[in-house]
Amino acid sequence: MTSENRTIWLLGPQYHAPTLGDRFKEFGIPDGPIGVVTAGWQEREGEDEELDGYLDGRSCDLELYRRADQVFRSDPEFREAHREMQRMLREVEGLYELRLSYVVESVRRLLVAEGSKELVEPEQEHAIEQLRELDAWHLRRIVEIRSAFEEAWKPLEREVIAKQREAVKGLLADAPAVVITGGHVAVLLNRLRLFGMSELFDDKTVIAWSAGAMVLTERVVLFHDHPPQGAGNPEVVEEGLGLCPGIVALPDGGKRLDVNARHRVASFARRFLPDACIVMGDGDCISWNGKTWTAHDDVQRLGLAGELETVTSW
Amino acid sequence: MVTRDQEQIIERKLAIHRVADEKPTREQIDAFIAEHEFPLSESTYTTFVYRGPAEAVYLGHWIYGLVSAQLFKHVEGTDLWYLVMELPPESRIEYKLQRMHHGKMEWLLDPLNPHRASDPFGENSVCHTAGYEVPEWAKPDPEARPGTLKELAFESEALGSKRHVVIYLPARFRPTRRYPLLVVHDGPEYLKYSGLKTVLDNLIYRLEIPGMIVALTQPEKRLLEYANHEPHARYLTEELVPFLEKELPLLKAPQHRGLVGASFGAVAALSTAWRYPGFYGRLLLQSGSFAFSDIGEHQRGPAFDPVVEFMNAYREDPKSVSEKVFVSCGTYEANIYENRSIVPFLQKTGMEIRYVEARDGHNWENWRDRSREGLSWLFPGPLWMVYE
Repeated sequence: MTSENRTIWLLGPQYHAPTLGDRFKEFGIPDGPIGVVTAGWQEREGEDEELDGYLDGRSCDLELYRRADQVFRSDPEFREAHREMQRMLREVEGLYELRLSYVVESVRRLLVAEGSKELVEPEQEHAIEQLRELDAWHLRRIVEIRSAFEEAWKPLEREVIAKQREAVKGLLADAPAVVITGGHVAVLLNRLRLFGMSELFDDKTVIAWSAGAMVLTERVVLFHDHPPQGAGNPEVVEEGLGLCPGIVALPDGGKRLDVNARHRVASFARRFLPDACIVMGDGDCISWNGKTWTAHDDVQRLGLAGELETVTSW
Repeated sequence: MVTRDQEQIIERKLAIHRVADEKPTREQIDAFIAEHEFPLSESTYTTFVYRGPAEAVYLGHWIYGLVSAQLFKHVEGTDLWYLVMELPPESRIEYKLQRMHHGKMEWLLDPLNPHRASDPFGENSVCHTAGYEVPEWAKPDPEARPGTLKELAFESEALGSKRHVVIYLPARFRPTRRYPLLVVHDGPEYLKYSGLKTVLDNLIYRLEIPGMIVALTQPEKRLLEYANHEPHARYLTEELVPFLEKELPLLKAPQHRGLVGASFGAVAALSTAWRYPGFYGRLLLQSGSFAFSDIGEHQRGPAFDPVVEFMNAYREDPKSVSEKVFVSCGTYEANIYENRSIVPFLQKTGMEIRYVEARDGHNWENWRDRSREGLSWLFPGPLWMVYE
């Protein structure tokens, strides 16, 4: 199997109503160990007894969180450089947030502006275009910083990382599939990237949910409409691994987003065009076969008119 | 300015007047009571109703600035009594009825109002005006994994006695992970009357605050120990926290260490931080009894002598004692003046200060309702980053 003909399955959150066990049976994964990434769970990495049960006792935790800790402990020079890169990314993020708050506010006000349609609509479209441009600019800055770091430090060529990666490669040698759980999305993405995992997943079926689903897309978008602090403006935080293009994954979107607020829904959906903003609720399942997306059962996306729309395939 | 005549015109429109002005029969009063929930909220007007034998009925409340016993009107020839008050929206008011009957005054919970709140002195009836709702995050959530409580006894040299501390461990507690520590004054009261365990369970579950360990302390002689008492500060800082840091997986930096207190407990929290500047990086001070005197003697009684001495000294020479301080107070409580007054002094020190007010009184549910904003500001959770 190659990346062109393998399937990537994205599931809804598994926290309250796990469906992994049933889905895993449905998927008919060939024999062999199932590589498991629980790095998003951070210190709880590897506490995967329940998960192992759903995978018929075939799970093999790749321990990326622990391996990264070991890398940082044994390669202090690299750790410092990595820390500095993270500091720069945080600083750039702060600057992006500063700009974002004004642009998002202008979009929100324009979406409820009264007046002649022919005068208001171009202003709305242009404001959303500015939002897209700001997101794209931010992603370019992130990629620049990360590329400069990778160019300077060549992580995959460093002995300690290469050694850990080789061990992971060995664990995955006979694995027909990989499972990536949810958790802390930035931690998860960092670990996957640190060990160059995309290439190691190349010929495997991938099953992921929540943060695991987010990191497989092209853009990781953080969102929550009612945080206890701050305005709750959706933010593009990083490029994802890009294994499944064309969507923005919104795990638990029905709870985290005010899906009845038409203007918020519409501006979210329009901002991230041409990608589909998929609300991944409990029990949901979509799949990517390298060419098209298919929704299994009812799955919803944020509609351009501000309502949730059921999708089947696209 | 609304004139008395205008007031009367407005009052004529209220439901109570449509009944009271018509010399109602027993059946009409029955129907009026059956049709409404009390206290009855109409626009900005709230009607309190009492039905029963009495020579006089008053509303006993704790709204600072209003006459504390408001006289009800009697509907002649009936056992119906009522009081109309104009109350601001989003208010939460605790009260009791005072009934004069057979020449004796007695305190009653409002029989027509099912909403109650408790405190160490018993129960009160609660009036909510338009816009106030008990926050969702303060109600038990079956989806939230519960933390656990365990009690430990602790011999304090500083205080010369054994102290009982209840420790809250968050759901999914792992000894291999490190947690922030919150030390709470009047811990059992926060648990019982402010629903602190439910609040912690919910906020942690919702990722609005990180999983944290909470030490719920209690005093033996509250008025002594909480009034800027050096042994109390020493007990917390030199005995309890080091003991907990030894026994539990705690993050040992000031930004991961907080003190919480309400009323006199807030004085204890601030004075403890003042005696150990920089040790506690986070303070949550609710309706603090920050009594002071600009001139002459204070009028708050001898228990406040050490508090006034401390506050006067602090106001004279404000010091940075922490990194972030969240201060809250109800606008209907007497302490509002003292809380508003201390904020500029705290700000002057360069500490990061957030001050919020609510239309509520000096009570545990007010402190519960402000806890989400305070805790999530002092200890932001991973909500934005974690997608389980």
